[in-house]
Amino acid sequence: MLDSLLDGLGILGTSPEMLALFVGFGLVVGVLFGFFGMGGSFLVTPALLMLDYEPSVAVGSGMAFVFGTAVIATLKHHDLGQVDYKLGAIMITGTTIGIEAGRASVYYLESLGLAGGIISVAYVVLLGGVGAMVTRDALNSDGGGGIDHEAADQDLSEYEIPEIAKTIQRTVRIPPMVTLRGDVRVSVWVITAVAFATGLLSGFLGVGGGFIRMPAMIYAIGVPVPVAVGTDLFEIVFSGGLGSYLYGQGGGVNLGIVAPLLFGSALGARIGSAATAVVDADGIKIYFGGMLLIGAIAVGIGEIGSYVGSPTLELLGLVLVIGAAVVVSFAILYTTISSLRQKRQQGTTVTD
Amino acid sequence: MAGLEIPTWDPETALLIGTILLEAIVLYVGYGGLERLFGPYLMKVLVGGDVDAR
Repeated sequence: MLDSLLDGLGILGTSPEMLALFVGFGLVVGVLFGFFGMGGSFLVTPALLMLDYEPSVAVGSGMAFVFGTAVIATLKHHDLGQVDYKLGAIMITGTTIGIEAGRASVYYLESLGLAGGIISVAYVVLLGGVGAMVTRDALNSDGGGGIDHEAADQDLSEYEIPEIAKTIQRTVRIPPMVTLRGDVRVSVWVITAVAFATGLLSGFLGVGGGFIRMPAMIYAIGVPVPVAVGTDLFEIVFSGGLGSYLYGQGGGVNLGIVAPLLFGSALGARIGSAATAVVDADGIKIYFGGMLLIGAIAVGIGEIGSYVGSPTLELLGLVLVIGAAVVVSFAILYTTISSLRQKRQQGTTVTD
Repeated sequence: MAGLEIPTWDPETALLIGTILLEAIVLYVGYGGLERLFGPYLMKVLVGGDVDAR
């Protein structure tokens, strides 16, 4: 009975070597996700494509993995009181409409024969833009700006609202107004507009959109960083769950891939999130910015590879993305253990 | 990504997504318990002493 259930769900179709590989890769992705609060969705699908899975299985299983990861992370943020369900509900509505509009644009561009090229260019610009912003922010860091994990330990009402969000809150006062966690009062229309715009990009690029939505919530709506992270994850539970269901109906979700990935990433996310309390986030942010920039270059190389019909270039693009992820997660682990050892030595010296 | 496409009821897919949801909850609770049980020991092995990470 159990055998037939597992077989039906695809578990028994995966070899032990592949299961081990998926657990390991899940661990790497989990460390990054736990540390930065984003970066999961754009790593898994390319890796599955590289392993010769059908595109629908790669995208569907990638999405189901993001769904599972978001469930785990939302449970954690819920325990810490960092999920604003009111904001989440408004965001889900706006995002869903935006995603549909984005998808319709893809079909329209596809009918013109322009979809592939424009999507890749948009990806390169966006990934490169966010990567450059994060790197610049980390290099010029004075303790403010950017996505700071130490803020998670701060009281929400003490959190400083970015200047641009304050301006939006002052100028756009179209009712109905809502009060969010951290005493942020903002028009429902601002939230809907942000949700629509980020949903549009998300639907257009076919990604979860955490790396677009989270900065948008911080800089345009003005919610504290921990609430932006928690609410974004809550939203991904819904969009990811529905997306996985739709892909699952077409046979696109393989439990033999998703279950081991999740097994590794749940552990990795715990390590990554614990590391944020030990490591100076600004130092690692440079790596993350670098990883996004390498991602942008890799997508560009992959696109050139498929344009000129060179599988080597396509492979190089994918190896670059995965290699950068592995290097950054090892850098996080190494820095964390070194910092802990240093702390211990300092503690011993003080005691002496 | 999900849009406004209306999903139809499919028990097999519901079981599949339900399994992932259940696995996620079990992993959250399970790893949380393991961390409490073995966390201090692991820190001792890795760092060489008990360190308060927070």
